[in-house]
Amino acid sequence: MCNVCGCQNSEGHVHVAGVILHTETGKQIEVMQAMLRGNDRQADHNRAHFEAAGVLVVNIMSSPGAGKTSLLEATIRALRGRLTIAVIEGDLETENDARRIRAAGAQAVQITTGNACHLDATMVHAALHTLNLREIDVLFIENVGNLVCPASFDLGQRCNVVLLSVTEGDDKPEKYPVMFRAANLLAITKSDLTEAVGDFQTLRALRHFRKLANPAPMLEFSARNGDGMAAWIGWLLAERDQCRPARTLHAHD
Amino acid sequence: MHELAVCRSILTQVEDIAAANQAGRVTRVTLRLGPLAGVEPDLLRAAFPLLAAGTCCEAATLRIKTTPVQVECQLCGALSATRPNRLLCGACGTWRVVLLSGDEMQLESLELAPAPAKEFLNV
Repeated sequence: MCNVCGCQNSEGHVHVAGVILHTETGKQIEVMQAMLRGNDRQADHNRAHFEAAGVLVVNIMSSPGAGKTSLLEATIRALRGRLTIAVIEGDLETENDARRIRAAGAQAVQITTGNACHLDATMVHAALHTLNLREIDVLFIENVGNLVCPASFDLGQRCNVVLLSVTEGDDKPEKYPVMFRAANLLAITKSDLTEAVGDFQTLRALRHFRKLANPAPMLEFSARNGDGMAAWIGWLLAERDQCRPARTLHAHD
Repeated sequence: MHELAVCRSILTQVEDIAAANQAGRVTRVTLRLGPLAGVEPDLLRAAFPLLAAGTCCEAATLRIKTTPVQVECQLCGALSATRPNRLLCGACGTWRVVLLSGDEMQLESLELAPAPAKEFLNV
């Protein structure tokens, strides 16, 4: 007799997650685990590191060429002397972006992903060993340029910022609902090119974004000429403020 | 093509569960997958036999249950079935809705069997 459920047949079934099922040929077991369970656990571990150190971690995602690195360069320059910024750079082959970040004045750790189309929590964890989180105020993770794959992998970040450049077209949220649903901030970039592009309508982009039931704010700016950048910096500082208590708590470790 | 990474993650879990239950083979793997999970069922089906070769899942059937996209309106309370890029209330049209179903990404269940008897392997 089975000791767990009292059933006469102790061979034909097993107990997992409290559910038992019997089949003719073998055992059927109910699992109900996340497909990416390993990554989710590693992301939770990363998040615990980040929260203990009181560092704001922002995952930046977009298609290739939407202006992720340019935004980070401008942000580092705007916050020089106020906040210590570091960047984890995901790139398929090159270290070009990491060089640009260092030239702008911030620490950069390059993860060369090879053929991987996204960063995962394990890659980010490995990169953390080269950073002293307690000396960093804001850590950006510049994900691989891709509007599909990175959306499914939690890295342990506090916020996802998804960039949409005006040259890409305002219907991107409709085409890539999984990515834009994950955004905590929608950033319309390269606004200085709006006139040259001609048919990009910010309101239409916002309408497509809201059709994903995402209440996140939208900002529009140009890292090149600085228009709208004050609002982006303001958003970042407000998020940063919410991470501070943990840092104060651990300030004397 | 992150479906390879997703498939690898599934197989790691399945192998652990099979080992914990002293099962030699897995005959069926059942997944629950929503259209908003960002995982393409066909790509997952293509990746599965490639990664399962040489594991206890080699002969397993992969079953993918697709879940419907359903939202609940926060304003009028209506329940609506809808599309992945149109998460709006079917009754009042607002985007102030909560997703009830459609982003599932779960390993639902497994069917396990003992390892084949030795004499069959020697044939």
